[in-house]
Amino acid sequence: MELGPIWRAMLQHKGGFLLIALQIAVTMAIMVNAVAIIQERSVKMARPSGIDEANTFSLLSIGFKPDLDERSLIEEDLDLLRKVPGVANAVATNSFPLRQGGWSESLHREPGVGKSVSSSAIYFVDEHGLDTFALNLIDGKNFSPEEVSWDSDTTDPWPATVVITQALGEHLFPDHEGSYVGKTFYFNDDNPANVIGVVERLQAPWANWSGVERSMLVPLSRESDFVRYVVRTEPGRRDELMSEIEELLSQSSKDRIIRSVDTVEKARQRSYLGDAAMIKILTFVVSLLTVITGLGIVGLASFSVARRTRQIGIRRALGATRMGIIRYFMIENFIVSSIGVVTGGILAVALNIVMVQAFSLSPMSWYVIPAAMVILWVVGQIAVAGPAQRASNISPAIATRSV
Amino acid sequence: MFRYYLKLGFLSIRANPLLSTLMVAAIAIGIGACMTIVTVRHVMSGNPIEHKNDVLYHVQVDNWNPDDAYQDPDLPPEQMTYMDARALHDAGRAFRQTTSFMSARVIQPEGEDARPFQQESRATTADFFPMFDVPFLYGAGWDRSADETEERVIVIGRELNEKLFGGEDSVGRTLRLNDETYRVTGVMDTWNPVPKFYDLNNNPYDEPAQLFFPFSVAVAGSFDNTGNTSCWKPVEEGAGREGFLASECIWIQMWVELQSPDEKQAYMSFLDAYVEEQKLLGRFPRPLNNRLNNPAEWMEDRDVVDDDVNVLLGMAVLFLVVCLLNTIGLLLAKATRRARDTSLRRALGASRAELFRQHIIEAGMIGVAGGLLGIAMTWLGLRGIENVFIEYDFIEHLVRMDWSMVMLAVVLAILSALCAALYPTWRTCNITPATQLRLQ
Repeated sequence: MELGPIWRAMLQHKGGFLLIALQIAVTMAIMVNAVAIIQERSVKMARPSGIDEANTFSLLSIGFKPDLDERSLIEEDLDLLRKVPGVANAVATNSFPLRQGGWSESLHREPGVGKSVSSSAIYFVDEHGLDTFALNLIDGKNFSPEEVSWDSDTTDPWPATVVITQALGEHLFPDHEGSYVGKTFYFNDDNPANVIGVVERLQAPWANWSGVERSMLVPLSRESDFVRYVVRTEPGRRDELMSEIEELLSQSSKDRIIRSVDTVEKARQRSYLGDAAMIKILTFVVSLLTVITGLGIVGLASFSVARRTRQIGIRRALGATRMGIIRYFMIENFIVSSIGVVTGGILAVALNIVMVQAFSLSPMSWYVIPAAMVILWVVGQIAVAGPAQRASNISPAIATRSV
Repeated sequence: MFRYYLKLGFLSIRANPLLSTLMVAAIAIGIGACMTIVTVRHVMSGNPIEHKNDVLYHVQVDNWNPDDAYQDPDLPPEQMTYMDARALHDAGRAFRQTTSFMSARVIQPEGEDARPFQQESRATTADFFPMFDVPFLYGAGWDRSADETEERVIVIGRELNEKLFGGEDSVGRTLRLNDETYRVTGVMDTWNPVPKFYDLNNNPYDEPAQLFFPFSVAVAGSFDNTGNTSCWKPVEEGAGREGFLASECIWIQMWVELQSPDEKQAYMSFLDAYVEEQKLLGRFPRPLNNRLNNPAEWMEDRDVVDDDVNVLLGMAVLFLVVCLLNTIGLLLAKATRRARDTSLRRALGASRAELFRQHIIEAGMIGVAGGLLGIAMTWLGLRGIENVFIEYDFIEHLVRMDWSMVMLAVVLAILSALCAALYPTWRTCNITPATQLRLQ
């Protein structure tokens, strides 16, 4: 084809073409890395928390009378909650996945204060915890009511039995094969915990924590004036029951206030707000950037057509078809785009390496690069189509005029 | 000559309205993207207590696990145990000192149908208010004696005062918190340091509490700590609240005010001596690792600027680069279109320097226009950011432009335009006289 002449003609006006190629390259570097971040965040946001998010909500009961009998209030509340028609189950606990606040402990394989081997989120629950969170017990068993103890302060020894997540088991006992049931580890220096059950998945309350899949249920009811109830309803009845239960508990005792009645879905939204925002901002940036680069191509191509009006007229007069003229500009743009995307590919990888090191992002997937190349080729061809069309309309007669 | 070139520039800009608009728009969009992120970052990394940066210090002592640093590489815990906070505060070796923690109380307003509500609050000491230059609408903070006698006094925020007392001067009036009566000693004026330097633990951009009471009252009443508590060593079994207070758990923030480098030196020696003394009692198993950080150092240490903002900043700078490449292309196109004019001027005796000056002035004008439009774009960008983060109450504090940002936008725009103009102008100046005239 006419690649040779087109290439030699381009060399006559290196500056403009180089600029466009450079612009395409930088655009591609940004595009590829933005998409890599968007992908990473989408994967992160799609992780399930392990609980029945759609039908679960929580609320706080805060007692403010100094002589409040905390234990019987909690017992009455739970009794009341579990009897409400439409409530599947309820539990008094300290936190739940996606809440962004909770309790964590460092764990040891051997007794005695030493270097900890792992850490885990702690959920204090009674025997209804497993069912309220709707967890998938894959090994062992749930707590029996006798195993659940009352604790007036954080200072008493903790119960000796726990239910852990599969991920915590793998982290605590990396060399162990088979069941984690029956294994023992230690809180702090000498507080042993015996694994009686393993659940498939239960996230810690902190979505941004690297150990988010490590958590455990501890069979302890805490005597406190600050209690969080988590309630799971039958499918579809969450919203109506939320206000009903808020009213019910507010009426049942005047010595406390009920607040923060909120769904787990809302907590999920808040947990991932930063990630969702990052996705929105980067999507906007990439779209805007593509448009700007497209406009730049249109601008330079129009200019190039205007400058070569006479030359195009002469070519038309000498027998070049309209398609031939259009093809000329298309091929010219294709060459520029190719230089741009190849340089862009190198820039993108370099930028990714910098970002992985500086901001601990995960490296991008390889296919983003060819995908971005194709997109920018297409954008270039679309952008140049208009000016090329105009060029093809130049009348051969123009060759006879002096400009 | 300058005014003449201004006029020429103006004429040239008007002669090519489409090209000129595109150039101004490209610069404006690039500046807008860049300045939006720069503004957010500027506010996030701001120092709201800069005027006292050289006298305020955050205090850290390392009581952590001998086998495990609190945070790598060998950083001491960011909070303090009750034992140490109490001992260091009561020693009174600094000009001023304050210990505090986040808490919450239930306010019971007067009147039968008034519903009690929970209020985020802070337990602190008398020095907190003068140390951090807290502005007062009415009254003042409590006296140091109130800390000692565990007097039930409170300072409330302007908003809370509106809610409870209709905005009146409520100094001397009483308020019931968790069935106990407190006396108001002061009403704060609007006070919103961003970031909330004195407690960066939970959300550094949240607004300060609206309710303050003495640390000693909160400890005696076992008020909950709603901030973070971390322990490396188990609390003594069965010892209850006393056991917790005597434990190695950290949950208190401490700041001191030291008026000169000498005082700082002396205080550091005092801290070292204190830790050495505690080591004799079997505490502080780690090597001596005490820190006194001023607010700027402390915020730097705690990384208050989110990594995402830095990623976006990098992207925004590259975005500006693309916009500039675009502008260079457009300027080149314009220069080529005017080659004949230029050639004619050269033939008529204009020197290269004169031509250079003329074109640079024109580019500067485009830069100014791009900068002004860029400020509008930045405003739009900030509204966009606000919208994306609408769920966060504190976002409004992060999307405010101040004059320094406006100036920076204009300067950046002019510099960008001049940079973009260099290559096209250089090309223009190299046009040989008369060659372009031949075709005529």
